[in-house]
Amino acid sequence: MEKPIVEEKRVFMTGNEVVAWGAIAAQADIMYGYPITPQNEIMHYWTRLAPKYQKKFLQTEDELSAGFATIGGVIAGKKAFSATAGPGNTLFQEPVSMAEMMRIPMVVVIQQRGGPSTATVIYSQQEVNMTTYGGNGEGMRIVYSTASHQELFDCMIKAFNNAWKYRFPTFVLGDGYQAKMREPLVMYDPQDRGIELIEPEIIIGKEGVPGRDRDPVFLRNAYSMEEELYDVLMPTIEEYDRIAPEITEYHSFSCEDADLIIVAHGIVSRAAVAAVEDLRKEGVKVGVFRPVTLRPFPEEALREVAGITPNFLVVESSNGQMARLFKEALFGMEVKMDTIFKPGVGITSEEIVQQVKNIADSGIKTTIK
Amino acid sequence: MEATVMPRSWNLETKPHKFCPGCGHGLVLRALGEAIDELDIQDRSVFGCDIGCSLLAWDFFNLDSVQTHHGRTVPVVVGLVRANPNLIGIAYMGDGGGYAIGAQHLVNSANRNDKILVVLVNNTNYGMTGGQMAPTTLPDQVTETTPYGRNIMETGAPTQGAEMVTAITPEGAYVARGTVAKMNRLKKMFKRALLNVAEGNGFSFIEILSTCPTNWRTNARDTWKFLEEDMTKYFKVGELKVPPTLKEE
Repeated sequence: MEKPIVEEKRVFMTGNEVVAWGAIAAQADIMYGYPITPQNEIMHYWTRLAPKYQKKFLQTEDELSAGFATIGGVIAGKKAFSATAGPGNTLFQEPVSMAEMMRIPMVVVIQQRGGPSTATVIYSQQEVNMTTYGGNGEGMRIVYSTASHQELFDCMIKAFNNAWKYRFPTFVLGDGYQAKMREPLVMYDPQDRGIELIEPEIIIGKEGVPGRDRDPVFLRNAYSMEEELYDVLMPTIEEYDRIAPEITEYHSFSCEDADLIIVAHGIVSRAAVAAVEDLRKEGVKVGVFRPVTLRPFPEEALREVAGITPNFLVVESSNGQMARLFKEALFGMEVKMDTIFKPGVGITSEEIVQQVKNIADSGIKTTIK
Repeated sequence: MEATVMPRSWNLETKPHKFCPGCGHGLVLRALGEAIDELDIQDRSVFGCDIGCSLLAWDFFNLDSVQTHHGRTVPVVVGLVRANPNLIGIAYMGDGGGYAIGAQHLVNSANRNDKILVVLVNNTNYGMTGGQMAPTTLPDQVTETTPYGRNIMETGAPTQGAEMVTAITPEGAYVARGTVAKMNRLKKMFKRALLNVAEGNGFSFIEILSTCPTNWRTNARDTWKFLEEDMTKYFKVGELKVPPTLKEE
């Protein structure tokens, strides 16, 4: 079989195409999907690549089925994934909560669109709440928020690796802009770069006759007693807390001497970086702090930069979904927070520059303790 | 005579089982277990069970098993066998799981002719949650949510699920309706359905008329009367669709 990516390959493509190639690079085996904009082309590219590299695809009847069939693929011992958005993400919360309870390493790509309800098919950052904490109960999951096509590719590899290494369902959270726009990136075979790919493992349907050659495997998510549930949940919660530092990622840009730090995730952080570059030329000392993992959230790193300056500007294309994570991370510290919240709408560097100048003129608005 | 011997594929450590006295699930699972034994497919078979009373079967067999969500057993088993087609996937559920909350999965899996066996136990009510109306509840039948009897003008007539699956499956599918009142016949249906999946012919579906004396609030005699006389008026027992490859038996 022809190797999908030989050495390094500079390409110019849409984010949805990057996701399909990233899954190929991560040696994913099977995708289960249901059409919803703006993620459709992930399926389109995957189904075109699949026969060349002996991959499989199933178009299901809805996102519930896509999610549960992905779980089926995972327990069969395959690297299985899906992709969805908006109302599809809502339906995905049911299978993902089962994956959280049963430690099923499914990978799901979300290309955020406007909400609530059907709203727009274009773009938003309004799926942070649901993607980070959407299930019933208090499940544990990993969520990457990508800011570039290069990172989208990198995070597909990380998502499969960390899902299978730690056995938590893992999301790659993009958005409609990233899905549809083209930009350059370097695709690579992770093993050529010395990145070890974690092998999947058969969970259901192992060799031998259960009960005779080996014990049968019984997977369940229903429990009869409060204590029984507690004894299942607590080790999972403790394990997640223990491994969180190994997964947590963030980027900081020009924060070292900043008087004000802009906090943004995903594609909005690029407007923030551009704003900082412009403002620095004018001598305004600003920086950007960007969480790459929204779960686990880079709490410690954020608290460290809060030691540089207590002045923050939180910018996002939602009405404060990431700001909630930000405030929780800084609990107990005295910081000031101004905001640009534009639910479901893109944000330009010019708007951020203007807001920083307004803050400088009028003083920071909100103090949180 | 081995009539009192438990099937080899049963997990003896979890017996006696957890179903109510008089419940039909144990009989269904006995027939299924014997069919697995006689076909010698214990090594290839995987078992998925739904929510509702069917979830009590999560550790019933010496089979790799996965207990899923209400209505979602079909997609999990479909996902499993798509990823590993060598497995014989069995999706076990009640009438609510198959004909209500999971109906879209049943319909589409049947239409795709997925190579799985769906086992749907019809006891005309939601047993685990305390006896509410199900899609299969008979006209005028009293349940917790139809305390004056099911009014079919308002809530519809009993779902003809096996007939629906017969209508939407392509050639290669096996569809039957069995009953716990005819155990030898039920076992034979299971064997033919499993063989159909094992040989890769197509979708196999068996609805089984079963008993729920706890929620029917019936004694033994009335339980059997309801099963054999009332239920069979609406639900015809027998093979509804047999692929040509199985015809000779």
